[in-house]
Amino acid sequence: MLKNTLFYAGFQDVLLASREYWLPLALAWQDVSVRYKRSAIGQLWLTLNTLIYIASLGLIFGTLFRFNLHEYLPNICAAILTWNFINTSISDGCLAFINSDSVILQVKLPFFTHIIRTVARNIIVFGHNIVIYPIIAISVGYKVNLYALFAIPGLIFILINLLWVCTILAVLCTRYRDLHQVVISILQIVFYATPVVWDAKILPPTVSPLLVKLNPFYNFIDLVKRPLMGQLPYASEWLFCGTLAVFGWAIALCVLGKYKHRIAYWL
Amino acid sequence: MALIRLNNVGVEFPIFNAQNRSLKNKVLNLVTGGKIESRAGNLVVIKSLQDISLNLADGDRIGLVGHNGAGKTTLLRVLSGIYTPTSGECTIEGKCVSLINIQLGINHEETGRSNIKLRAAMMGMRPKQIEEKIEEIAEFSGLGHFLDMPFRTYSSGMQIRLAFATSTSIEPEILIMDEWLSAGDENFKDKANQRMAQLLDKTKILILASHSRELLEKNCTKILWLEHGKVRMLGETSEVLSQYFSRSEK
Repeated sequence: MLKNTLFYAGFQDVLLASREYWLPLALAWQDVSVRYKRSAIGQLWLTLNTLIYIASLGLIFGTLFRFNLHEYLPNICAAILTWNFINTSISDGCLAFINSDSVILQVKLPFFTHIIRTVARNIIVFGHNIVIYPIIAISVGYKVNLYALFAIPGLIFILINLLWVCTILAVLCTRYRDLHQVVISILQIVFYATPVVWDAKILPPTVSPLLVKLNPFYNFIDLVKRPLMGQLPYASEWLFCGTLAVFGWAIALCVLGKYKHRIAYWL
Repeated sequence: MALIRLNNVGVEFPIFNAQNRSLKNKVLNLVTGGKIESRAGNLVVIKSLQDISLNLADGDRIGLVGHNGAGKTTLLRVLSGIYTPTSGECTIEGKCVSLINIQLGINHEETGRSNIKLRAAMMGMRPKQIEEKIEEIAEFSGLGHFLDMPFRTYSSGMQIRLAFATSTSIEPEILIMDEWLSAGDENFKDKANQRMAQLLDKTKILILASHSRELLEKNCTKILWLEHGKVRMLGETSEVLSQYFSRSEK
């Protein structure tokens, strides 16, 4: 009975890919390590760019709006780092199948393998960028405490959600090539609409706070930002992201199950 | 036990961006390629394969012949399990490796040694197997100290050697090839041919698409002749080949 459902077909693909997890991880590792060839600091160039971006943005906005830099800088640093991870994972995820077309057309691999590769690559990049946080925190003298460790489960929650988002988008973007550009534009809007560089507290009373509270991206970022800032994340945020993951995964598995036999034809 | 069973298999490609078809294309279509049809809603579909039925079991060595665009590559992809047929039934049992592009997975910035690992992983070898085989592959390639140099510094002959050595180290049940693997210079050729023969011995089912009569006669027991995506002829090697080539020469 269950075996004939789309859900099961999608589930099988994910299961097969997860069993051979070392392959996408090795490929992701290689994707990043190639950036170090012929360049002494490789991926760290991008980290350096991010550091400059965060420092200048923090200083300019902090001065313009008379924020307390001691708190504002670490705050926006944690938020931007997390946002960048989510943002690049999703926009890379759109191209997960398109960029692997030569592999897909020659080797029969579970499609989820390519999704793991994309997200894993972005985690490695995030691992590079996270060193910016202590640099900023130390330079403004902000005290980080042990609660920071709670950022790790927060990151795992983000990860679980990113995997389903990327699965759905990768399938759709392979079929409708224009969609990738649309996704990039939407992410741009989301960046401004989500409290990344601004604080949720400055929302005018005329705007419902639910607009922020129900924004998945706000919840994702908070799961990592609050622990890094030395506060425990809210249980409601965990619950929100957990529920989102369950529904998202259910849809993603059905989408994958329905279209996995068509993906090769669309490439 | 490896097995391939195709039952009235058909493959249709949706072409989302082909809106108009000119008369010229229609005429050309008569000469090469599959059938281009327009379905309801103006969606153009290419019927790449139609009504292909084929049964292969252990020991079968089948050759594919046909003009450009007759559907050989599409059929190879169906047989590797990459395209799921849009009609008909298709059963494939056994570990299948396709050697269509033997450089797939190779990265030009990486060293030869890491490229052996990457290439082997791409063919479905697990890390443990790779560790076991890497010395043998390295030795066969005869690249010596160059294995620790980036792949991009290799001459094209050396690049082929490395890709060949790695690609032929697998043990597939079903082997799919588009043309024979050529292996560079004369010294290496004998060694390479010997290795290919060994690989074929271990393979249970061979599927080889080729334009070379000599190659097909030497390696295949059956030939499938594709034309416009349909089976034109399926039978004994000598019989099909003599008809196919006599027709081509006209």
